[in-house]
Parts: sequence; structure tokens; C-alpha cells
Amino acid sequence: MVEEKKFHRQFNYAFIDERTKKEIRRKLLKAVCIPGYQVPYSSPEMPIARGWGTGGLHITLSLIGKEDTFKIIDQGSDASVNACNLRDFVKNTTDCDTTFETSKATLIQTRHRITEEELKAHQIMIFQVPQPEPLRGVERYEKKTREMHAEADYAKMWVSLYESFVRFGDIMRGAGYPVKVNGRYVMSPSPIPRWDIPNLSDAECLYLFGAGREKRLYAVPPHTTVEPLEFEDVKFKIEQFEGLKCEITGEQIAFLDELYGSDGKTTHVVNDSDFMNQIKEKERPIQWVNRYLTEKIEKTFNKN
Amino acid sequence: MMDNKEWLLKVENLTKIYGEHSVNTLDKTGPLFNSNQCPETGAIVACANIDFTLHPGEVLGIVGESGSGKSTLVKLLYFDLMATAGSACLKGYKEDNTNILEVSNQQKRFLRNHKMGMVYQNPRDGLNFRFSSGGNIAEKLLMAGNFHVGSIRERASYLLESTEVPVPRMDETPESFSGGMQQRVQISKAIANNPPLLFLDEVTTGLDVSVQAKVLDMIRRLQQDLNIAMIVVSHDLSVIRMLTDRTIVMKNGRIVEKGLTDQILQDPQHGYTQLLVSSLL
Repeated sequence: MVEEKKFHRQFNYAFIDERTKKEIRRKLLKAVCIPGYQVPYSSPEMPIARGWGTGGLHITLSLIGKEDTFKIIDQGSDASVNACNLRDFVKNTTDCDTTFETSKATLIQTRHRITEEELKAHQIMIFQVPQPEPLRGVERYEKKTREMHAEADYAKMWVSLYESFVRFGDIMRGAGYPVKVNGRYVMSPSPIPRWDIPNLSDAECLYLFGAGREKRLYAVPPHTTVEPLEFEDVKFKIEQFEGLKCEITGEQIAFLDELYGSDGKTTHVVNDSDFMNQIKEKERPIQWVNRYLTEKIEKTFNKN
Repeated sequence: MMDNKEWLLKVENLTKIYGEHSVNTLDKTGPLFNSNQCPETGAIVACANIDFTLHPGEVLGIVGESGSGKSTLVKLLYFDLMATAGSACLKGYKEDNTNILEVSNQQKRFLRNHKMGMVYQNPRDGLNFRFSSGGNIAEKLLMAGNFHVGSIRERASYLLESTEVPVPRMDETPESFSGGMQQRVQISKAIANNPPLLFLDEVTTGLDVSVQAKVLDMIRRLQQDLNIAMIVVSHDLSVIRMLTDRTIVMKNGRIVEKGLTDQILQDPQHGYTQLLVSSLL
């Protein structure tokens, strides 16, 4: 039990009652067993509205223990409003350690980014997912999309990628690029940038996805293949940031944010706030390794 | 062509009944009673006890008035509807004697994408109007495992060219096309994977006469070039006469007469066929 002094209320440890936590953990096990498959779950009421990170919060609270160290980021930032409030909430209801440092965290809840620093086997990354259904854009009925997943009928998805290429000369998916998990299910990776997509594949850590409003959980277990959908002659690409570097650290190999100054000029800074701080204060943390990033590094430094 | 050993599609006892049916349902409906509604249970017999064999490269016509079950028949064979009873076997699929009406949905989709093509009366049924014409054709090709955009576009252009749709307009949605063009896009999509079997369900109904002639001409040319077996459903005897080798005449969900098209048109045996032929002339 955790006591809240201000209103003299008592909560169960980590707010959610034990039976519901158990239910969520069972659903997570199922999700891990069938990579990329969306498992329906209870999505219990929380003190915040569904769709404001409740899916991620459900997973975090059902998994967290006293020995865990919790980190939460919102689009790469530890200090944004969404991250701060949810961190306070988790802290108040569990009293566990919280950190900004990626390497020290055991549970990392995130909105729309994967950390720039590579994650290890003891770490779990939890995504807050707004729309878990990758096929929603091409098929609006849930009954139909479930059938399509069951029969691995992804024709409409492929045609929409083809159409995108025909209309715009490229596959115009910025965030939430559709991926195929373990050669079977097409999955929405939540709106992470393309930069992060390759890091989902064959990772050491466990990725869990929670969509509170849509009441769905899914997972990418460690060492599972995650392939972005691409054609034989039109390939998936990550963001290039050609010729750009971070205004503060000079970093070139990281996902950059574009900032507009009051003078109308644009500058770029590293999006992942902890990654930037580590570079500034200590040393550059070990980054993910994937072939897209390797290409980017080669391209950047061969030019210079 | 009439050699019975050479067959492509064998349909036996194909039946579709809507609603609850009793043991007498089939005996108390049909052309004899001039009704397809069961007097006992009210069940509607859309088609019943349909048997026929289709040979490779052959064109089979199905005629009948509206409500005679001819559209139901092809929709059953294209898996748009579930059959109540009966079997259909496709040569070259598994062990030739597999009932394709009972395989899994995944297998049915495989058959639709690799072995069959369908052209509906209304292009909206066969095409997705939110996708471009090229995209609609691409859907078929993608499902057959072609994931190369360049070759998809090449094939789509070739198909549109051979069906006389202006290739520069392939990236427009069918919405902006005329009815005849939409129909030709639908045909391009249906034959995209060179299927051995094509269903044409009232393809020229609703088109004006000159466009009708063009579409029919094109179908006949494609049939000769690619040697596709076809089932042509129509209530229009002139379409049947122009396209088909053999004809089945249906009434109230049953086959009332079948034979060579010329024979049926010249010397109709069944009263209903005689009526049909005389109203043509």
C-alpha cells in the first residue's frame, strides 16, 4: 500500500490492483509469444484520460517493482510536460528510483522515440501508442482488419505504399512506418521516426507497446526480425539530415530536432535530451548499430 | 474441345439457398413451379443442382432472366458467396479433385489471385475507387508476389494498352473515367496474372451500344490471344452469341437447357429458351 498524504488516501502499490496487473501481465505474455499480434486487454481507468499515455502506463505499472529504475521520455525529452507528470505519478505510487540516464534505467516508457543509446538485455522499452492498427488507414472496420491480419492479407497496405510512390515519388511515411514482425504480422511501430525503425529488429531488449484508448497490447521480443515494408526497387530510408549538425554539441549522427529562432532562422539540436547531456558532460554513449546508420556515418565522414 | 478428358473446372450439384429450408424445398421450387421460393419455409433457392464442366480455353455462356441465379453461380465460384452445397474442382490445383469451395480463406484468396479473374457488372464492385487504376492492377500483381514497382508499372501499362485505356492516365482514379473505360480497367485487373479462368458478370450491361461492341471485341481478342477459359453471364443473347461456344440456360435457379450456343439459338428445345430466342428476334 502507498499512502498519499495530502488527501489521506491509500493506493495499492503502483496504483492498479493486483488482479488487473495480473491480467495485463498475462496479456503481455501472449503478446510476447505472438510478436506483432495485437492482444485486446482491459485498459482499466486511470487518473488520466485514455489516449494520454494510459497504454504505456498500464504496462509500466503492471511490471514495475521496488528494485526498478524508471525513465520516461516524451519525443526524446525527459523534461516535457507529459513525461514529468507521468514520472511523478509513477514515483508517487511506487516510490521507485527514477533517472534521466538511459543506461541506468531498467524500465523506459516512451512517447514517439527510441533512445539514441543502445538498450541492453535487462532493459524494457514501453511505448505509448495512439493507433495500434497499421491497417486503419486503408480499412476502417475493425472486423475487417482483424480478418486481414488473421489471413495475412496485406494487399491494401502494399497498394497504399505503391500509390504513395506513384503520387509523390517515394513512400511518404514519416512517423509510424509499417513493419513486418517475425515475417508474419504487419505492425504499427507507434509514431517513432524512420530513424528508429531499424533498432526494433534483433534488439537485446524487450519492446512492449500499449494503446490505452484502443485497448490493445503488442510486443517485439528480443532478437526478433522487424522489417520495414519496402519494394524491391523502392527501399526504406532513414532520415538523412544531410549537412546538418547539432547546434549545441556538434553531433551529426543523431536524430535532430529543427528549432525556429525568433529571428526566423532554423537551428538543429539532438532530439534525445539524455544523449545530448551525456555528450556535453561526459562521453558519447554507445549508439545503436544498424546498416542504415552505418551508411549514414560513412556518407557523413567520407564527405568531410 | 469437346474431349471430356480435357477439363478445367468441374462443378457438381452447386446449390445456394437463403433461409431455412426443408427436405421438400428443392422439389417444390424451380421452373416447373415458376418460383424459387419454398412454399413451406419461405426459403429462397438462388440456384440448385448446377452441374457443368468447363474445358480449357472454352467460353461458356449463362443466360436467363434476372433472378434466375446466374450471377449467384459465378459469385459462388469466385467465393463472393458461400455455397449451401455442392463442389467445384479446378484442374491443376492440388490433386485436381479438391473441392475449392471448402478450402480455407487463405487458399481461396490464393486461387482468386493466381487462378481466376472476375469482371463485375458494376466497376465499383471490382475496383477500389480510392486507388489509381494502376494501383488496382498492382493489387493483383502484389498479391501474386511481385514486389518490384518498375515491373508492376510495366505490366500495368501493357495491360491498359491492350485494353485500350490511355496509359498516361494510369495514375488517375477510375472515378474520373467513363463507364466503358472503368470496365476495361476492371478487365485489365482481372487478367493481370494471366489466370486460366475468367468470370464475366454482365460486363456490357449499362454501356452504350458502340462501347459495348468495343468491349466485346476486346474480350474476344484477349480470349483468342491468351486462350483464357471464360464464363460469361448475360441476359443479352447477342452477347452470348458473339462470345460463347456453349450455353447454359437458367430459370428459377435451375438449368433448363444446355448445349452448343448455335444449336440453342437456332433450335431451342425448352419453352423458356424458345421465348428468350423469339423475343430476341
